[in-house]
Formats: sequence, C-alpha cells, structure tokens
Amino acid sequence: MVKSPRLRDSLWMLIAAPTIWSLHFLFSYVTAAVWCAKLAEGASLGGARTAVAMYSAAAIAAIGAVAHYGWRRHCQETRHPHDVPTSHGRQRFLGFAILLLAGLSAVAVVYGALPAAFIASCH
Amino acid sequence: MALRIASPTGAVLVVLVAACDGPQSALDVAGDGATRIADLFWGMAAGAAVIWIGVVGLAVYATRVRPGEHSGRTAKLLLIGGGVVFPTIVLTGLLSYGLLLIPELREPSDGRLIVSVTGEQWWWRVRYETADGRTVELANELRLPVGEAVEVRLESRDVIHAFWVPSLAGKIDMVPGRVTRLSLKPTRTGEFRGACAEYCGESHALMAFPVAVMEPAAFAAWLEDQHALAAPPSTPETERGARLFMAMGCGSCHAVRGTAAAGTIGPDLTHIGGRASLGAGILVNDVDAFARWIAETDHVKPGVRMPAFGMLAESDLRALGQYLESLQ
Repeated sequence: MVKSPRLRDSLWMLIAAPTIWSLHFLFSYVTAAVWCAKLAEGASLGGARTAVAMYSAAAIAAIGAVAHYGWRRHCQETRHPHDVPTSHGRQRFLGFAILLLAGLSAVAVVYGALPAAFIASCH
Repeated sequence: MALRIASPTGAVLVVLVAACDGPQSALDVAGDGATRIADLFWGMAAGAAVIWIGVVGLAVYATRVRPGEHSGRTAKLLLIGGGVVFPTIVLTGLLSYGLLLIPELREPSDGRLIVSVTGEQWWWRVRYETADGRTVELANELRLPVGEAVEVRLESRDVIHAFWVPSLAGKIDMVPGRVTRLSLKPTRTGEFRGACAEYCGESHALMAFPVAVMEPAAFAAWLEDQHALAAPPSTPETERGARLFMAMGCGSCHAVRGTAAAGTIGPDLTHIGGRASLGAGILVNDVDAFARWIAETDHVKPGVRMPAFGMLAESDLRALGQYLESLQ
C-alpha cells in the first residue's frame, strides 16, 4: 500500500517539537557538565549560561515555526470537523496535535533553561 | 498510657500531627534551609487546598447547581485557562522560587568552619576544618554551633548516598568523584537526627547519624577536645581492652590517635566513647552495645565490611567495650 506523502510528513512533524525539546535538554546538560568539569574558572557557570540562552532562543524559534505549521494545517480545512474519520479530519487533528505538542515543548524548553537563569555557580 | 480517640477524624489527626515534630521532622525546623522548605511546603499545601476546593466546587456546580448545557465559549475558556495557562504559571512560579533558594543553600565558605562528610557503606566519615587550618577526623556524628553558617562538603567513596538532616536543611546527593556543597545554619540548640536519603545497599536503612546543635562556646570546647589524643587506659580492665584492641588487629582499620592504631579504612575511634551513638546512629553508646557490635557486626549491620569477632570470650568483649567506652 502506498501511503500519502502528506500524511507521512504530518507524522514526522508531530514529533518535531518534542525532538527539539529533547535536543535542547541534551545540549544544555552536556554543555554545563563539560563547562564545569573542564573549562570553568573559579566555578563560574558564565559561558555555559550564555550557551544555554542561545540554545533556548534557537529552540523556541524552531518550535515556533513548528507551531505555525500545525496551526496552518489545523485551520486550512475549517469546513471539516476533526472528529470524523476522513482525510480532512485527520489532517486537522494532526495539525492541532502538532500545535499542542509545540506548546508543551516550548514550556519544557523554558523550564529546562530556568536553572541557568538562576544559578551562576558550578557548585 | 491508654489513649481514647473520639472519632475517626481524631484518629487521622493524631497520625498526621504525630509526624510534625521529633528529631527528624522537616516540619519541626531548627535551621535556615529547613525554614525555607517548610514555608514552601505550607504555601504549597494551602495553594493545593484552594485549588482542590475550586475544582470540587466547579464539579458540584456543573453536576448539581447547573446540570444543563454550558456555552462552548465558557467551556473553552475554562479548559484553556484552568487546564493550560494556570498550571503553567503556578509551576513556573514554584520552579523559579525553588531555583532561587539553591544558590543561598550552597553558598561556599568564606573562612568559616568547613565540615567534610564522606558517605561510605554504611557510615559517615566526618572531617572538621577550622579557619586556622587545623583539621580533625571524626565519624558518625555531627555537632554544629547555633547561629553560625557552616559549609558542609559532601563526597562518597563507593556508591551514591544522600545527606539529609530534615530539621536543618534539604537533602543533597553525595556522588562518587564529585564534591557537593550544603550550607547549614542552625537556629536553635537541640538533638536531631540525620540519615542517608538515597538507597545505597543492604544496610541503607542503618546509615544514620545524630546531630547536636550547641552554643558556640560549648561547641568550641568540644571541637578543641576532639583534637586531643586518646586518653590512655586508666584501669586494669581498660588496659586489657587496649591490648586486645591491638592484638586482634583492630588498629589496621581504625585509628586511635595517640596509639599505634592508625588504620583509615573504618571510622576514627579516638573519642568514640563520647559520641551519642554507635554503628552510625543505630545503637546506644554503652559497654553492652560495644560488645554486641564487635561480636555480631554482620547481624547488627548486614553487609558491613568489618568482620564479626564472635570467637572472642564474653570477658574479652566486655574489656574491649570498656576500653572503647573510656575513649571520651
């Protein structure tokens, strides 16, 4: 059975925002760990905090783009409800799920970055 | 004493309130860190109660007061506002407040007293370092001066342990290869209890320690005493105990400063007779407990590295106990 390329794309986009969140967490954690273990002078978290701020800005921008894509997909078929088993309904549902996951991921990215905002020391 | 409890509610209250005080209660605070944590707890408990009343109130409203259909707009507002926006704001506030507390609770020392505590299966190696650079190694007990911030540096020699004196501050992990820090500032004198708060093996539950918060002058005198060498045995029985201690090889693992015993594998015993407990907070400190610990070590604390000396005669065990008890 040949699947619709559009549907396949939709499923990938569904995990895009949580993937960005997990990458943000991984990069932030590894950066802080390596910084404190190898590079920090006087146990200051300085450089790692800047890096985490940059990762966060990039992650929020990317998640924003995913959310925009989800919103557009959800709204483009306004005539069709998304609770019936049709192709249009599925597209709208997936768009809405992408949007909600993007919102959750954005909050998670902020929470992951908050320690770097409040804590200045490797201690 | 016979207790009569008037109602099931009374019984529940007794159980709940019984957990609020005692030497190991995070709600019976005696330190700056614990005060912050207790404030946070009570604030969260009050907030949770308000939210619970609100949710139950809405449920009653929707099912009893106005069971009919509600407008889609109101339902949407309630779902998005109460289910998404409100929890996000509350959790962000709580996370930010918790993170704000961390730097203060881990403030490094500025020339004050430093206490290094190393977790080992299943006891605590404690080293005091004063501002004048002198150090002394003790074990299984913590004494602190009231009103002074003390930096506690935490390490582990084997597995992950966690250091927790609920009445004084929050808990923090002791990770092999890393030094973690905690600032303890007791606010009142008293006897408290600390414990390992991270499962660390079969005798994890037997890894505790007494904590005494003292007036600064009494603390300074106590610390000065701890620097002193061990008192030589003064009675025939304690002399026999001291000879047995060396003959049985105890000095290979334990140090008694001022004698030939200089082992570093087990706890320093120079002033063990003056400690509040034996075996890391699990036995009272008396001759009988020493004899039991030495003869049945593996029963008292399963898995411990110290071998049991059950082959010793009762009189030898008591002589050893009296010698160790005399090390005040």
